[in-house]
Amino acid sequence: MAGLSFDLIALQLFAGLALGAIYVLFAIGLSLIFGMLTVVNFAHGAFYMVGAYVGLYLISIGGNFWICLVAVPIAIGLFGLAVERVLIRPLYGRGIDYPLLLTFGLSYVMVECVRIAFGKTGYPFDTPEILQGAVDIGVGYFPLYRLFVIGATAVVLLALWLFLEKTSFGLIIRAGARDPQIVRVLGVDVSKVWLIVFGIGTAIAGFAGLLAAPLQGVIPEMGGTILAEAFVVTVVGGMGSIGGAVLAGLLVGVVVSMTSLFAPEMAKVSIFALMAVVLIVRPQGFFGRAGLMS
Amino acid sequence: MLQVSKLDAWYGASHALQDISLDVTRGEIVCLIGRNGAGKTTTLKSIMGLMGRTRGSVTFKGEELLRQPAHVRFALGLAYVPEERRIVQGLTVRENLRLGLVASKEKKREAELIAEIAAIFPRLAERMDQEAVTMSGGEQQMLAIARAMIAKPDLIMLDEPSEGIMPVLVDEMFELFRSMKAQGTTVLLVEQNVELALGIADRAYVLDQGAVVHQASAQALLADDEIKERYCSV
Repeated sequence: MAGLSFDLIALQLFAGLALGAIYVLFAIGLSLIFGMLTVVNFAHGAFYMVGAYVGLYLISIGGNFWICLVAVPIAIGLFGLAVERVLIRPLYGRGIDYPLLLTFGLSYVMVECVRIAFGKTGYPFDTPEILQGAVDIGVGYFPLYRLFVIGATAVVLLALWLFLEKTSFGLIIRAGARDPQIVRVLGVDVSKVWLIVFGIGTAIAGFAGLLAAPLQGVIPEMGGTILAEAFVVTVVGGMGSIGGAVLAGLLVGVVVSMTSLFAPEMAKVSIFALMAVVLIVRPQGFFGRAGLMS
Repeated sequence: MLQVSKLDAWYGASHALQDISLDVTRGEIVCLIGRNGAGKTTTLKSIMGLMGRTRGSVTFKGEELLRQPAHVRFALGLAYVPEERRIVQGLTVRENLRLGLVASKEKKREAELIAEIAAIFPRLAERMDQEAVTMSGGEQQMLAIARAMIAKPDLIMLDEPSEGIMPVLVDEMFELFRSMKAQGTTVLLVEQNVELALGIADRAYVLDQGAVVHQASAQALLADDEIKERYCSV
């Protein structure tokens, strides 16, 4: 193992955290929506992809990255609200497979629409100038933009935590995820809560897509890969658990990053190996509740 | 205040309630008694809007409720404490109480109302920041009642509040129902402990196989051993 210094491993660990941060953002939305609505949102990757394309479009008409950071989640969130209200709401009470099939189909429609509008080939996405370059983080030079991704994720997580723990609406969400019926009896119009939760989840997905764009560019298929990986994250963390999504997202990011250092050809497989091990030891995931799907 | 007339309800294909009619006047304690499966819980659920398929009429303060969702019925002043209590896991006692206010017009007076309810339920006051499901069954039942009372409903429906609770707590709870009545809250009570329930009730309806088979003042029923024997003995 000559040449694998401590510093190199530490840097790779940080790279894993930046990768994991994107997984975390993607998976908390997926988890929030599943925990509250019991909707497995197969279109989550498509919202993520559209988020990146909206950013690309805004920049092409003269916007900048900082405007995108605000405008993209708002636009994708509003789009999510419309999708819940028009397409998903009529399917409540019909079992878990109806919204699953609907969102699965919707993701194909969204990808195809983007192909028509922007073409099948991908585009590079420039890192904003001020975030280019690298900074010394003690163990070596680390790309500034990746540090920004970790920081932005931390800010979103903190805001989400404050919202869930400190506001009345957050209390309704926490209670409603456990027992929608009692929340209804206590006077809450649960369908409004579901609408807003779907909007928040998709807004975060759009935000994650935008953050990921400078790292990997944008292509219409970018949502498909991360969707599969994010399902691993939610399964490992426990379906419906936000804390689990955070922990598992970072863990998956680090595992991928470390295997690509030591055994690059195994990086993609390592995620699923991790999932298999966790499922054998703890079938409900880190923080999952057994029987949630039934 | 509450009028139920010719109410039918179904669980899937099974016809759970047939032609139920009953009424509750402001300030009364009315009790529903009968064996397990007689339709008492289903009646309360239908009044609160938790049954899928219903037919007939439920009016509350003059408004027809039957096609209204549960949250609208809450807003009109109806409260329901389900048999399973449904204390929310992962929330503290205080958060469960706050949940009773999230949809209420009184939400802005949250701190004041929680202090008020804590004075009525000293057991809860001591455990305010404890996770609620770690309390004893009796304490959880108190919390379920407190959570329903905190928004000051006009009519509160209680399903088997004494079930599985220590006798000393049951006495405390029924004392509370008396004082709720004294303060003007109307109560519709489902209770398996017939003697105890009739002891505080004004009137009672006897249900059997999803239908009302008898109604009388609580006093008359207490004396009527034949009816009690026929419809309430296990």
